[in-house]
Parts: sequence; C-alpha cells; structure tokens
Amino acid sequence: MSSDLIFKSAAELAALLETGQVSSVELTQAFIDRRRAVDDRVKAFNSFDETDALAQARASDARRAGGEMRGALEGIPVGLKDVIAVAGQPLTCSSRMLANFVSPYDATVAARLKSAGAILWGRLNMDEFAMGSSTENSAFQTTSNPWDLERVPGGSSGGPAAALAAGEVPLALGSDTGGSIRQPASFCGVVGFKPTYGLVSRYGLVAFASSLDQIGPFARTVEDAALLLGAIGGHDPLDSTSYPAAIPDYRAEIKKHRGPWKLGVPKEYFGPGLNAEVAGAVRAAIEFYQGAGCEIREVSLPVAAEYAIATYYIIATAEASSNLARYDGVRYGHRSKEGSDAIDLYFKSRAEGFGPEVKRRIILGTYVLSSGYYDAFYLRAQKVRTLIRQDFLNAYREVDALLAPVAPTAAFKKGEKSSDPLAMYLSDIYTISLNLAGLPGISIPCGFTREGLPIGLQIIGQPFQEAGLLAIARAYEQAHGWNGMNPKL
Amino acid sequence: MPYEAVIGLEVHVQVKTRSKMFTRVAAGYGESPNTLTDPVVLALPGALPVMNKTALDRIVKVGLMLGCEIAPVCKWDRKNYFYPDSPKNYQISQYDQPICQGGTVEIELPGPSRNIMGEHLRIPLTRIHLEEDVGKLNHAGRESLIDFNRAGTPLMEIVSEAALRSAEEAFAYLTALRTVMVYGGISDCDMEKGQLRCDANVSIRPAGATELGTKVELKNLNSISFVRDGIAHEIKRQIAVVESGGTIVQETRDYDGQTGTSQSLRSKEMAHDYRYFPDPDLMPVKVDEEWKARIRAGCPELPFDKQRRFFAEYQLPYTITAVLTPDRDLCDYFEEAAKSSGQPQAAGNWIANDLLRELAAGKVALADCKMRPAHIAGLVRLVEAGVISNNIAKEVFVELFQTGEMPEAMVGRKGLKQSTDVGELDQWCGAAIAANPKSVTDFKAGKENAINAMKGFVMKQSKGKANPRLVDEILRAKLRAPSAGRMQ
Repeated sequence: MSSDLIFKSAAELAALLETGQVSSVELTQAFIDRRRAVDDRVKAFNSFDETDALAQARASDARRAGGEMRGALEGIPVGLKDVIAVAGQPLTCSSRMLANFVSPYDATVAARLKSAGAILWGRLNMDEFAMGSSTENSAFQTTSNPWDLERVPGGSSGGPAAALAAGEVPLALGSDTGGSIRQPASFCGVVGFKPTYGLVSRYGLVAFASSLDQIGPFARTVEDAALLLGAIGGHDPLDSTSYPAAIPDYRAEIKKHRGPWKLGVPKEYFGPGLNAEVAGAVRAAIEFYQGAGCEIREVSLPVAAEYAIATYYIIATAEASSNLARYDGVRYGHRSKEGSDAIDLYFKSRAEGFGPEVKRRIILGTYVLSSGYYDAFYLRAQKVRTLIRQDFLNAYREVDALLAPVAPTAAFKKGEKSSDPLAMYLSDIYTISLNLAGLPGISIPCGFTREGLPIGLQIIGQPFQEAGLLAIARAYEQAHGWNGMNPKL
Repeated sequence: MPYEAVIGLEVHVQVKTRSKMFTRVAAGYGESPNTLTDPVVLALPGALPVMNKTALDRIVKVGLMLGCEIAPVCKWDRKNYFYPDSPKNYQISQYDQPICQGGTVEIELPGPSRNIMGEHLRIPLTRIHLEEDVGKLNHAGRESLIDFNRAGTPLMEIVSEAALRSAEEAFAYLTALRTVMVYGGISDCDMEKGQLRCDANVSIRPAGATELGTKVELKNLNSISFVRDGIAHEIKRQIAVVESGGTIVQETRDYDGQTGTSQSLRSKEMAHDYRYFPDPDLMPVKVDEEWKARIRAGCPELPFDKQRRFFAEYQLPYTITAVLTPDRDLCDYFEEAAKSSGQPQAAGNWIANDLLRELAAGKVALADCKMRPAHIAGLVRLVEAGVISNNIAKEVFVELFQTGEMPEAMVGRKGLKQSTDVGELDQWCGAAIAANPKSVTDFKAGKENAINAMKGFVMKQSKGKANPRLVDEILRAKLRAPSAGRMQ
C-alpha cells in the first residue's frame, strides 16, 4: 500500500482520505517509512519528528471522524524548507548560526497549513540562509538529486525538491529569491511555483532579501500546486508587503482557463550558454503550445537579459547584509565562547556561525550600501530593476505569458561549481529577473536528458494572474506524462 | 574677546501609543524586564514589522502644530549599526524623506522679572522624523543585562536648526517643545521615564562672526535643567580652551549633571557609516490631504496662542496666564469657570493661587479633583454678589476642595451668608466705635489704618458675616458725623 501512496498527487491522496480508503495516520506512516528507507542517500531532511507527525495525523483522523475537517489539506503531510518558522520546531536555515534554534512562533503559512488540516512533516535542507543553487552551502549536509545521487538537487530549496522527487513528502513549501524554487524543481523533475511577490505572506520566512523572497509550493502536479497555493496565499496583516486582496479558488479557476493563449519566447533566453538538450526540450514544449493553437511570438527582454544578474547581486546582498545583522549571538543562535566584549562577541559569533557564501554576500552587501558607493551601486540597481520590470510589462502588451528554460543545464555534479561562485550565480540567469520584476513563474517537467536527468520548462506570468499561468502549465502537463515518472532509489 | 554660542538640539520624544511602532505588543514603562516583547521586538528570524498608524497620526499632528511641511509619503529606512540594545542591529528610521520638514517652535525667554513677560522667539526646525526606540542596557559589574521593553517604542526625533544662542534659550526651547507635546497628547514627556531625551550640538565663535566653529555633541542631558547647565558648562569650557590657545576637537561628550563636569566619549574618527537604505519590509504610506485634514481638525490651540487670547479675551494679567497656559486641562478648567462665573479675572485668581496650592498640597491631579469649574464659578458669584466676603470664601475654599460640596449649599448649611441688614450693622458699628476710643481719636487725627481695629471688632461680633463694604461705609459715615463721640 505505502509504495502506492508515496508518488500519488495530493489531490489523489485527498480523495483516498475522503473516501476512507486510507487514514492520515497510514498516509503519514508511509512517508515516515519512505524517509527511513531513502533519506540516508537523499539527505533532504535536516530534522523530523515522527511522533509529532503521527500525533498530528491522529488528530486529523479524529477531526474527520467527527465531521470537523479543517480544509483542503486535511490529513496530508507537507514538508517545509528549513527557513519557515513553525512553533516548537527547529528553524536552522541550514546554518551553524541557528543549529540549535527552535522557533517559538508560527509563520503565517505554517498557521494557514495547520488551519487547512495539513500535517507539518519535516524540516528540509537548503543552502545556508537560502544563498546558493545546489544545497552545497548547507552547513549540515549536501542533498543528493534523487535521479542521480552524484548530482545536486539544485538550490537553494534543494531539500524540498529532492524530498518530493524521492517520495518522502507529497507536498512541500520552498522559498524563491532568485530561482530557489524553480531551479531545484527543474533539476528534480517536479512542479515548483514562485507566486507574484506579495501573494504569499513572508511573516515567519527567515529573510534573505526581503524585496525578492517569496514562499511557494512544490508539488507533483500543477493542480496540487494550485491546491497548496490556495491554502497559503492571500493577504496577511502581519506582512506590510502582502497584497491586500482576496485570492480566487485556484484549483477551480485553472480548469476554467482553456486558451488558446498568446505566448512569448524571449529571444535572449536561447543564446549561447544554454545546453542543447535543455534548449531542445524547451523548444519541443513551445511547439506543443503552437500545435495546440497558441500563437507564439518572439519577444525581447534586453535589460533583463543583460543586467539581471548584476542587479540582483547588488540588491539581494544589500538587503541580506542588513537582514542577517540580527544574528549576533546575543539573544539566540550561535554564541562564540571567545568574545572579550560585546563587539568582539559579534565578530567571533558571526565568524564561527556563518559559512563562506553567506559571508561573501554580507561583505558584498555591506560594500554596496557604504557611504560613497550607495548611489553608484544600490540606487542604480534599483533604477535598473524598474527597467527590468518594464521589459516584462512591455512583452505582456503582446502576449499572455512567456515560455523559457529554467536553468541553462540539467542538474550538475556535486562539487562542479562550488569553487566558482560566478559560475554558480549564472545558473540562475533565467529565473532571477522574475524576482526583480516581482512576477510569478512556474517550473514544470518537460523531458529528460540522455543521461536521464529531468529538464524544466519555465512559464512566466503576469502579476497576480496565477490562475491563468497555472492553467497554461496544466495544459502542457495534461498532454504529457512527465510527472508520472519517478526516480529509482 | 566676546564669544557667541551656536546651539542646535536633537530631541527624542517617545510617542504615546498603546502598542509599539512596528508590532502589536504593548508599549509601556515599569514592567518586568523583557515582558513587553514578541518575535518582532526581539528580531526573531522571520519576524516582520507593520507600521503603527496612530504613531504616524501623532507625528503628523506635531508637524501641523509646529507649521512643518508634511511629506506626501511616509518612507522608512534602515539605519544599520551593531549595538546590543538594538535587536535587529538596525533601526527603522527615516533618512532622506523625514515626515516633517521646517516649522518653528515659539519660545519665551525669561523676562526682567517674574511678573513681566519675556521676549518671544521662533526657533526654526530642520526636521522631525519617526523611528523606533532601542532597548535598555543595565551594567552590573562584569555583567551587562538587556531589557527590550523599551525597544520598538515609537520615537520622534526633533532636530532644530543651529539657531539657539544661549543655555537659557535652549532651556526655553525645551520647555516650549514639551508643552506643545503634552498639549497635543503626543507624549507625557516625563524625562525621568526617558520619554523626552536631548542631545545638544554646541560651538562657539567670536561674536558677530558668520562662520561656524567646531561643534561638540553633548549626550545624556537627562533633565531640562541639566540641558541648560550642560550647555552653559560646555560654552565656558570651549571659551577656556580657545582663550588658552587650544582648538576645539569635534567629539561627543557626556555631561554629568550631578558633578557638573563632562568627559569625552568618542571623537569624530569613530563616526559610523550607517548604510541607510529604504526598508524593503515596509511599503511607503501616502499621507494625503484628507489624512492631514482629519489630523488638523484635532490639533489644539498652541500654548502661546492661548496665552495671547487670554490677554485679549479675559484681560488676565501675565502672571496668571503664565501659570495657566502650560497646562491645557487647567486652561480648559479656567475657561469653563470664567464663562460660567462671568468673572474671568476672579476665576483666574482662584485657580492660579488657591486651587493650584491645594492640588499641590494634597498631591491631587486636576482630573481627580472634586472641585470642578462650577465650584469656582459659584464661589466667585457668591463673593461678587456680596453674599459672602472674600475672607469667608478663602476660609471655606479648603473644605470645598476636599468635599466637593457646592459653595451655595455650604454657605446655606453653615449660615455663612453675610449680613447686609443695615440696622444690625449699625448696631455693631456703634459698639465698635464705643469700644475703641483710641482708634477713633487716631482715625480722626488722620491715621487711616486706625479704622481696621473697628472693622475687626465688627467682624468678630458678626462672626465674619458682616459685609465689609457696608461696614466700611457705615463706620466712615459715623466717624465723619460731627456728633460722633461729641454729643452736645
């Protein structure tokens, strides 16, 4: 039974729970067993609490028996990237700095998952403080790609993507600051969705770059992503950047949008640097849409293509340098035993607590905000950011959405780029401009390389038009069977 | 050589709100350490700020009261620096777009004597912005303890132009500013609770020079008197340095009000680079005309405007207005008593002298006082109508204050109504003349004061109820009469 369950979609699991064919305890136990069986190889989990998960599952079964179901996720386990606060659970951000930190409060998304009836199952690995594209920057472990354990799962949300691909969770939440949901989703062959900035509350998401961070779902299907987004999205008074409007029932909405759509293909995204197999799979997807009656137009994103990476690494690092200042060893987190006074304690606690990539970005961010450099770097980057957004809005005058690769390559080998930060940064070249523009984007599986590695198709939507975007993705998904394929572990 | 001081003040005022600047937890003073905290105050991972709109209302109100230009958008910046009292290691503040710019604070300098009004000046302001307060460090031996109860309290920074020229002006400025804050319900400005704090930038230059001298920043001036004393001390110190051939070093100094000395805290070389940038967690908030109009409607009359109106409308003397106008509630109290008695000056006298004396003696707040404006008005009317004498009124005041009984009721109950029965008064006056032959002689010899002994006799006989004006008239008539005492 359990091996049947672990690769089912959340919608299927919900139906099984609904008809009483399976209980939440049985379902949760299946994922617990799966984790026990494979995670010594996948290494997706930073921590987990089987007893607590089963207690939540029993409570869910009791609610169901009593006719007091909470919501759409009643009884279904959801894994959380170790950057989202859940009261009483560890919140490490895969950093030595927070290795022993337990959150005393719930993130808004955690509270919403609970009120939707979900079972909060496990803390999933990531690059330290969400800085990286491979999970190799985790202070604890490098997660493996379930399709090839020698390869990375992508990052920074490598844990959620790998756990889902390996059948250790049926749904997961990640966060995306420059591609951190979409790129690992593409590397691991699952659906990863970054909503419009402001759609999902950031309250309780440990900040990397506040103006770019957005929580989003990992799922086996587009419909599952819609289900999960519906549970966590919508206005939150605890987040000033939260969009103050009601959200639709995405799961119902995506079935109403039928196309055909006008779809744009950014010409700059198919230049040198894009792996031929990836290009081929994405082009095949474009042809599918064309064959389905969609109008395909070439569009241009000149500023985004040229300046997104540079702009991103100024804005993201500037915000990070300030956001991460709170980790000083005084109130919580790693405290050096060597500090001779308060300031020395800061230096030593931070030197010991942060890894090299985090330090690199703090130093870069501190530099670009420094007196005398602010105008040349930060202020200029903000202006370019506006132009990047304008690039997309210009394109949307002609088309409904854009089709693009997610990453230049499929999953790369562990260690292949970890000594070359710039090469690593370039793996986000197709995803990063969406965060700068605040737009929604989804990665869905669109094929495999000859080596058997998944390839992702990125569909980029218009602000707060997630239902339309998900419908476009679903049209492709329904015509292909990629999401029925699972890695052999 | 004569010198001139150039002084600018940076005043921090805690804004009185129920919750903190960026979170729902209560703002307060005197609670157990670290109880007024939550994930936002403690800067736990993932916590986010949400602006307190009441605090923004309050600063807009201050801006409108002081004639500042109100920015169309309230924008938030981060001021980055590491210090244990700052939980995030940055402070949310306003950098390049303060919510208020310009404006003035009207001040009154000491007059030539206590009962003569001093010169008024308008001290220009540079800016007022809103930010969050930091926690409090308590050093005990080798240990340092942090209390975050204060952290995140809404805090206003009011920066004056370098337009003050003496310690007295600085004192007057702070006094006036505090009065405006209390008037507007912005803050209680209790310096002992740290609700008002002041740093001063002080420099000197030869009198008449236009260039500015090197400035020294004075910190920890924790009472208005210490501000005056600290600045006076700093001016003297700088003059002494210059006179002895030295140069002023740009630095921050700590003034100790207890010992009247100051010492250097840090020099300019250690100045911070705060790496200000717009806070990405907070959206800019539009302050539109409608918002401003709503706030403007709730702005009170300013203290000195009220004083000028009291001169014009009630013909109050300066000394009475000087007592009343610093206290807005007392002014309201006065106006009610003045209007219902129709005798503003008498009402003002009772309030400024007797009422304040009793409030102070009993340590009673005006709001808790049983004696209401109606009591004052009743008393004034009774005296004015000649129902009771001023002396009787003074005597019963304390009892009225303590019991809250209406004056008319008490006068009736105690039979204090003064006698205006001419027959009765005539008898008492006759007896007084008969009983005081020496006074009669003295009075007739031109000693005007001698009549007082006879008046006293009548008052004693009448148990104070004799109408003094009538007694005076009758006595004088009797003494003037040629037959008086010389019956032929």
